[in-house]
Amino acid sequence: MVAEPSALASQPSASDFQRGLDERLWRWLTLSPALLLLLALSVLPLANLFATSFFTVSWSGGHSSFAAAGLNNYRALAGDTLFRAGILNTILFALFAVGGQMLCGFALALLCTGVTRGRLLYRTIFILPILVPGIVVGAIWKLLLNFDFGLVNQAIALVGIDPLNWLGSATTALASVIFVDIWHWTPFCFLLFLAGLQSLPQDVYEAAKIDGASGWQELTYVTLPMMLPTIMVTFAFRLVLAFKVFDEVYLLTGGGPGTSTQVMSFTLYQRFFREDQTGYGSAMSVAIIFMTCILLAAAFAARGRMGATK
Amino acid sequence: MMASPRVRALSIHALLMAAALLVLIPIVWVVAAGFRTQISLLSGAFWFTPVLKNLNEVLFSKTSDFLVNYRNSLVVGTLSTLICLVTATLAAWSLNRMSWPRWFVHIFLGWALVFHMFPPLALASAWFTIMRTVGLDNTLTAVVLAHTVLNLPMALWLMGVFVRDVPVELEEAARLDGATTPVLLWRIVLPITAPGLAATAILTFVFSWNDFGVALTLTMKQTATVPVAIAKFAQEYEILYTQMAAAAALSILPALVLLIIGQRYIVAGLTQGAVK
Repeated sequence: MVAEPSALASQPSASDFQRGLDERLWRWLTLSPALLLLLALSVLPLANLFATSFFTVSWSGGHSSFAAAGLNNYRALAGDTLFRAGILNTILFALFAVGGQMLCGFALALLCTGVTRGRLLYRTIFILPILVPGIVVGAIWKLLLNFDFGLVNQAIALVGIDPLNWLGSATTALASVIFVDIWHWTPFCFLLFLAGLQSLPQDVYEAAKIDGASGWQELTYVTLPMMLPTIMVTFAFRLVLAFKVFDEVYLLTGGGPGTSTQVMSFTLYQRFFREDQTGYGSAMSVAIIFMTCILLAAAFAARGRMGATK
Repeated sequence: MMASPRVRALSIHALLMAAALLVLIPIVWVVAAGFRTQISLLSGAFWFTPVLKNLNEVLFSKTSDFLVNYRNSLVVGTLSTLICLVTATLAAWSLNRMSWPRWFVHIFLGWALVFHMFPPLALASAWFTIMRTVGLDNTLTAVVLAHTVLNLPMALWLMGVFVRDVPVELEEAARLDGATTPVLLWRIVLPITAPGLAATAILTFVFSWNDFGVALTLTMKQTATVPVAIAKFAQEYEILYTQMAAAAALSILPALVLLIIGQRYIVAGLTQGAVK
């Protein structure tokens, strides 16, 4: 590959040759650290997972022995009730948690643009949960949702409601985990929406006001359409993260009771690390990565279609 | 709905304040729980006399490794952030300002994006195997490497945005003055992208500090990071609620410091690219 002549270059000379050499050298030098990291720690592991997924690996005394398993691991995936519960719960979790966060975040951002004083203070407070580790968010709500002494049960007792076993009963566990995630990530949606709202052109609002638009009309005909790109980006961002959920579930419920809060990452953790099923766990990893790719392709297709109708 | 502007402003403030309380009360309550005795917490009493017993136990008791965990988290966070910043900035500059073929740039950034979508746990299993093969299992180096590559896509993306803000004319002028590439990077690109570097650094550090899944799978007792240690408190036969609360309170200190000194950068980093 010959370096392209730069726009400035007039005629070839010795210094131009020198510069071409310098450019080619530094082009590689500057990219190679990142390239090496990605090759060694993303491409290689993926190849490793794929290869391992066709074997049954057994461990004894720190040494592993491989036995060819063909497609057995992948066949076993279909019959794994834990894995199926994990997929279903992850989808439910992602849709409700992200939906809830986006609604709450948007409402808060709208409210925040309505005030002039104290906006910075509110923003500071709302950023806080974004910076708190997921495991600590789990710890916080494990305490707050505790059946015996949790603040939530104390609060509902004030209005005469009997204490609920939020994390320990199959009917409320997933909803509780979703609620915790909404608490954790509403601020992130809020932040993006606030930045989006503040960057909207003001003259459109003045025009709407002159035309006598009501507050609701202004929201649905002016704000929402103009905010659509920000909304889509936030949705995509959060959806990807929601599919990775692990920390909160690990601490709050451990996937239980039964399989009611089993999510994909947690199932994988159990099978691969707790039960040492290296081969089968690898197959599960490959399957999860494959599903992520499908989701990604669907998102791109949807974006392409949206662009086409515009 | 024609309330006076004053009433309207007041009701908006009331709603926002309610939301702010919803954010603050859980955090404050748990920090407070770190200063209670187990009995006081379990009895559910609202008022209590603060004690330092939990902090003492968590930090200095013989059975607790929390100080080691804290040091591990600081080391991993700092090193992975440094490596990530240097590699990402160089790569972002290279991809944007050097004459790479278009298809190469697309594949490189595309792969980083796709890789960023994978659940870390799905890769952790492979990292675990690879680290064991090369003898890096149960070392901080393994966690540093894993965190670096986990945060690399975000850093690449952010630094790409900031590197594109460096005026091309400035780089060309420097070239004409005979600046070599390292000089150009050091004297032109680095100063101009400094605010971007700060934003990326803060986010990279926070994400490394907060990571649980990868640290859990790649570490053991002596190499465990803070989140792994906190999870341990919840897994004891009898959950040590007040100690868990004290450890949780200690673990959000760095985030609080960063929020106070670098809020501007945090906001810039998080909203970058979402709003254009």
